[in-house]
Amino acid sequence: MLRLLCAFLLLPAAVAAQDQVTTYTLDNGMNVVVIEDHRAPVVTHMVWYRAGSADEPPGASGVAHFLEHLLFKATDDLASGEFSATVAANGGSDNAFTSYDYTAYFQRVAADRLELMMRMEADRMNDLRLTPEDIATERDVILEERNQRVEARPGALAREQMMASQYLNHRYGVPIIGWKHEMETLSLEDALSFYDLYYSPNNAILVVAGDVVPEEVLALAEDYYGPIPAEPQLPDRFRSEEPPQTAPRRLVFEDPRVAQPYLLRSYLAPERDAGDQTAAAALVYLADLIGGSPFTSELGKALQFDSDVAVYTGAGYDGISLDDTTFTISLAPSVGVTLEEGEAAMDAVIAQFLADGPDPEAMERIRNQQKAAQIYARDDVQGLARRYGQGLTSGLTVEDLQAWPEILQAVTAEDVMAAAQVVFDPRRSVTTYITPPAEGPTEELSQ
Amino acid sequence: MIRLALAAVMTLCAATAQAEIEVQEVTSPGGTDAWLVETHEIPFVAVEIFFRGGASLDREGKRGAANLMTALIEEGSGDLDAQAFQIELETMAAEFSYDVYDDALTVSARFLTDNRDAAVALLNQSLTDPRFDEPAIERVRGQVLSNIRSDAQDPNDIASETFYREAFGAHPYGSDLNGTIESVSALTRDDLLQSFDDTIVRDRASVAVVGDITPEELGAMLDTLFDGLPDSGPPLPEDVAVGISGGQTVIEFPSPQSVALFGHAGMDREDPDYFAAYILNEILGGSGRQSILMEEVREKRGLTYGVGSYLVAKDHADLYLGSVASANDRIGEAIEVIRDEWARMAEDGVTAEQLAEAKTYITGAYPLRFDGNARIANILVGMQFTGLPADYIATRNDRMNAVTLEDINRVAGALLKPEALHFVVVGQPEGVVGTN
Repeated sequence: MLRLLCAFLLLPAAVAAQDQVTTYTLDNGMNVVVIEDHRAPVVTHMVWYRAGSADEPPGASGVAHFLEHLLFKATDDLASGEFSATVAANGGSDNAFTSYDYTAYFQRVAADRLELMMRMEADRMNDLRLTPEDIATERDVILEERNQRVEARPGALAREQMMASQYLNHRYGVPIIGWKHEMETLSLEDALSFYDLYYSPNNAILVVAGDVVPEEVLALAEDYYGPIPAEPQLPDRFRSEEPPQTAPRRLVFEDPRVAQPYLLRSYLAPERDAGDQTAAAALVYLADLIGGSPFTSELGKALQFDSDVAVYTGAGYDGISLDDTTFTISLAPSVGVTLEEGEAAMDAVIAQFLADGPDPEAMERIRNQQKAAQIYARDDVQGLARRYGQGLTSGLTVEDLQAWPEILQAVTAEDVMAAAQVVFDPRRSVTTYITPPAEGPTEELSQ
Repeated sequence: MIRLALAAVMTLCAATAQAEIEVQEVTSPGGTDAWLVETHEIPFVAVEIFFRGGASLDREGKRGAANLMTALIEEGSGDLDAQAFQIELETMAAEFSYDVYDDALTVSARFLTDNRDAAVALLNQSLTDPRFDEPAIERVRGQVLSNIRSDAQDPNDIASETFYREAFGAHPYGSDLNGTIESVSALTRDDLLQSFDDTIVRDRASVAVVGDITPEELGAMLDTLFDGLPDSGPPLPEDVAVGISGGQTVIEFPSPQSVALFGHAGMDREDPDYFAAYILNEILGGSGRQSILMEEVREKRGLTYGVGSYLVAKDHADLYLGSVASANDRIGEAIEVIRDEWARMAEDGVTAEQLAEAKTYITGAYPLRFDGNARIANILVGMQFTGLPADYIATRNDRMNAVTLEDINRVAGALLKPEALHFVVVGQPEGVVGTN
């Protein structure tokens, strides 16, 4: 069965192999995670900052991501562009990414080049030298990035509106890349004040994964990151919390570029909390049971097999998040089925699930797949490294990450039902129709 | 019993990294060849199979048959309908995926050592005894039609479809392998069975296996896996010349940003100058390091988030393509800069320093690719498909390093044809006018 192009949501994937992991903390507060994999002479070096778009000051949306771009400019020791050029000259690749709760930088190189990577990454933690020209040109680049990722994609524009509606008071309602009108005003001062506050060892996590020896990584980290002073003014990560949602919210997003109408619904959902991950583990099962496989999930079976209501159904949940996250379901109706009819059919499936509970055989298949995922995960050490970085910047501890596979194995049908009762509350939902304008080009769609 | 041609242990030596990838060339008792990297650290196996031909084997008037057929392979086989087939896979925690491209139908599988025999039997069943049940055909046809409609509203897909149509006309490369609303709507179950028989055949298969399995076990596995496949299929399409000429095609599309796909003829993978062309592209528009195009279009002028170029060596034609996206009022300038750099490179070539830097990157990055069972299997099957020997891994960097400044600048003058560069622009570009 084909996955549609409008595949809106990623399935959750969260596992960890703990036998390869060693952790330390430097005197200045920087966390160090070493993941060993000696199959190839390669290392991935990552630095994660506990600072993302949800930590931005009001009016400066996009500055976390803007700063991420600017970190490839000059420092006191390196010319603009020299960082990446040096990585490339050593046969490596590098990049960076920004999310709501973190900003991360990584390089993949031959294992014997780790020291050079650390020297350069430690340098740009404190010694960036930005110019007004950097700001002007790079601001154009991020605006083009927004054009490419968001403005040119009706699905992305709709999703922004949905998130803004889901989060009335929390910064997750503001897009990571920023609102365009605020991006246009981002200044050198905006970037530097974010940098000075958050780019500090006591706000950072070093993750080194690959063909390395933990003690040697620690020694290098002490040499290069150890001398950087901790930031005494580092604030607590306070975010405005959501008020209780007391009414369902509904959006209709129209765009002539939408070829295939579909609907998205998000529900506010608990995330994985330190020492308390059972509800999140149950939601991983719930997403799989409701909309994981188009062949065997409740939505897939009812709306794609037993009836011809939908050409696509899905559910998604990602529990790694500092604050309350979302559980999402989606549906693209078949030709001749309206969004209203599709939504009613979807709600009937959910109601039936709440009445019947999970199919015990499906529960066991998911449990078994989660177990196998532990084995497959060991083939992807970069993925493991990312999971540690994401978890540790999202309020989880190493112990939480290592306990997660067992917590997943222990999920019961009762856990799933308890989580479903909490999440599937219409008053906590936002439902978005993404559709061409009513008078739009519907010629092909009406056949 | 099993003939093992154990290739010499190939050591990848680069300036910055060394990896030992021991590729064993295994021939099964039944005569099927495969490449194996045996590694027992993790109890699973990754399998990659390419069947040459793919969507280019669509018969006259049946465009989209291979695509719809491929999407239906996972919809049940033997006595298992679609849902029973998937439940079987989930129960084993095995993953099979089937994809089709212009030149190949590909199968990727991974399964745990514990379930190996059952997984291989199921994979074989899917490749020999598909059900193509009518309800499944209609359901997946609906999904394909939905994708075709979405593509028709996607600027990148519009650009690509237009460029390939202008470049290749009636050749299979000239149309989208999804087919059209009309062609896909008309496909019958017999058409899909025909496509299946045409495409999934023994003598067009390349196989790579990496993981927890011995050569002896692999020999037996291969014979189970390929049991019942037809020996051969219908002829592959003819080679085709790139029929697009210099200029611009503008397609109006409501978006604040325009996307452009550009290019002209490329270079055959087997051309002795291919290594020089590969390095040349790395310098001009490659993605691994700061290219000239990224420097000029993004870093200096802030005209785009991304611009790049790439050599496309297909079985029956070769292209040199690139793409860029810029705001409607800036795409004209971006195109101008790209045309200028293309011409400058054709005229002046690269410097000794640029060549040395690119070589360091390319040779250093190569060993870093071999870092996971699935990744290695994918590289190995690609090498077989391209006609490269197993010892290519050991010689590839030497061949890159052997490219001289004279070579690369000769190739720059011959390969880059600024006057032949054609841009397909989709959006509402200001000041960009079509030439045809």
